[in-house]
Amino acid sequence: MWKTILRRFLIMIPEVIILSILVFLLAKAMPGDPFTGSINPKADPQQIHHLMKINGLYDPWYQQYWNWVVHLFHGNLGNSYQYQEPVTRLIGGRAANTLWLAFFTMILTYAFALPMGVFAGRHEGKLPDTIIRVYTYVTYCIPFFVILVIGIWIFGYVFGWFPTTGSISAEASGGGWLQTIGSRFYHILLPGILGALFGTVNIVQYLRSEVIDAKGSDYVRTARSKGVPSKDIYRHHIFRNSLLPIAAFAGYSITGLLNGSIFTETVFSYPGMGLLFVNSISYRDYTVITALVLIYGILNLIGTLLSDIILSIVDPRIRIE
Amino acid sequence: METASNFLNIKDVSTAFKINGQYYDAISHINLQVHHDEILAIVGESGCGKSTLATTIMGLHDPAETKISGEIDFEGTDLLKLDDNGYNNFRGAKIGMIFQDPLSALNPLKRVEDQIREVMDYHTDLTTDEKHEHVLKLLDEVGIVNPKRTAHQFPHELSGGMRQRVIIAIAIACKPDLIIADEPTTALDVTIQAQILDVLRDIQKENHAGIILITHDLGVVAETADRVAVMYAGQIVEEGSAEQVFNTPEHPYTRSLLRSMPQRDNENDDLYVIKGNVPSLQKMPSSGDRFAPRVPWVPASAHEANPVMHEVAPGHEVRCTCYKGFKFPDQKGSVTA
Repeated sequence: MWKTILRRFLIMIPEVIILSILVFLLAKAMPGDPFTGSINPKADPQQIHHLMKINGLYDPWYQQYWNWVVHLFHGNLGNSYQYQEPVTRLIGGRAANTLWLAFFTMILTYAFALPMGVFAGRHEGKLPDTIIRVYTYVTYCIPFFVILVIGIWIFGYVFGWFPTTGSISAEASGGGWLQTIGSRFYHILLPGILGALFGTVNIVQYLRSEVIDAKGSDYVRTARSKGVPSKDIYRHHIFRNSLLPIAAFAGYSITGLLNGSIFTETVFSYPGMGLLFVNSISYRDYTVITALVLIYGILNLIGTLLSDIILSIVDPRIRIE
Repeated sequence: METASNFLNIKDVSTAFKINGQYYDAISHINLQVHHDEILAIVGESGCGKSTLATTIMGLHDPAETKISGEIDFEGTDLLKLDDNGYNNFRGAKIGMIFQDPLSALNPLKRVEDQIREVMDYHTDLTTDEKHEHVLKLLDEVGIVNPKRTAHQFPHELSGGMRQRVIIAIAIACKPDLIIADEPTTALDVTIQAQILDVLRDIQKENHAGIILITHDLGVVAETADRVAVMYAGQIVEEGSAEQVFNTPEHPYTRSLLRSMPQRDNENDDLYVIKGNVPSLQKMPSSGDRFAPRVPWVPASAHEANPVMHEVAPGHEVRCTCYKGFKFPDQKGSVTA
């Protein structure tokens, strides 16, 4: 099994290199520059030209790329043009917010999706199954940001149960650690639940059809012919076998969560990487954009790596001995 | 008919499947007996209801989708009156089943030992160590060379023949009185087929079990069976000892089947082909001889309106009267079949 993981890990190296080049070039290809309009609308073009020059923005792309990589290995991702702050520090604080939210969303997603999927598959065609299916179709049809906006409106505004912006309340940020954690948790509750409601859709549908498949499979018929009672058949044969693709999907779902976080954070004005990303794009803050896209890219690669590792653990057929 | 050794008595059993809200008979009015120490072969084309009969005896049908009538008397208990829990006392313990496709019939995520031990978990009070010993013994009995190693392997690490042996080990783990083997050799190549049939015969001798061997391979039947029941379109059309059915076949269907088999004396001729197909469930005629459309040259008057079984010799029964004087069209002189 270590062989599988090691081999899988080595494949990641060229992937990361290609990713970083693409990311860098794409950021460079965006029209506009970080200085026009940011100093003041009437700034002297000559002065902007000078700023571009001393920041190395006129160098050939490979030169710029190489400088960027060298700095990267020194832990220096440059300064944000917009915030005038090192990118590492800028992202560091927000990454914690994003990961905290993503982690919470993921736990909720599986907590909702697993029972629903198994239940729907087990009682295929009956009323609870129909209700769950209608729920997944409806949720799947509505764009994610619309769900978020509707959620905020109902639970944040009409009922006023949850805060609608930020990651921590002003009072709590000055209080003790218990108050801080409480407030942070309170702030991710609504975006977490809404994200989970949306994220369950795929898993529920997938799991449901896996359970239905497994129910009719030959090895379940063998188990029945052994005289295994039906609840034990579900426990020992159907659940584990249908969870297999779901387990494999877990790594990839990180990808979905991060993509989702861009919507969630923008709608909730939640200070995480997603919101920073959207803001940086509108300001052409190259250093931040490239750093963020690289981080997102690497996290995606790690997600797929995790999926493969999980799969090689749970499915004996995939291991390389 | 009721003898001491006949422990399975299938009386007038019909199984109907629900298709678009209506029930259609897949097997109708089956009467069969199985004795200890015998191999009863059930033969017929695909779609004749052989497997349906097997799964009906095992109680593997979804009651919401099927309607089963009649009586299956197994050692004094009518299996069809049992609920699922009651059935579980028989499945695995007193009736073992061997399935056709040895790869998909094993759970891909469980080790061989766990899959065999599962039967004992529900039907015996053995300790874990005893079960382990028994698993190794079973694997040895079914002809696995290195039981210790195989017990630890997953199904995908085994060859097709080994998988089928594991399936057999599962079926015989609790020494059942009845073993139903549903096309046990279809997925295997010929040399392995012979070995698997040997294993089945040995087990039957040792346990005094009765075996129902379902197959469409007449060669397998000739090699192993003591008695043969020929099924066509959900009915038994001929039943008798293996010698009777092979040496003096009476029903046109049996004769057609035997004639469509390659033999040493007809290897240069074209093989006989039975024209047409087994009718689908929805198109099954409600009366008359179901095989009549496939022997169109036989005059309608030769068939019975509601064909019943006729005894032609002790223990040898044939459905319908059309067997009397039945000839293939080419037997009067023309060579074409």
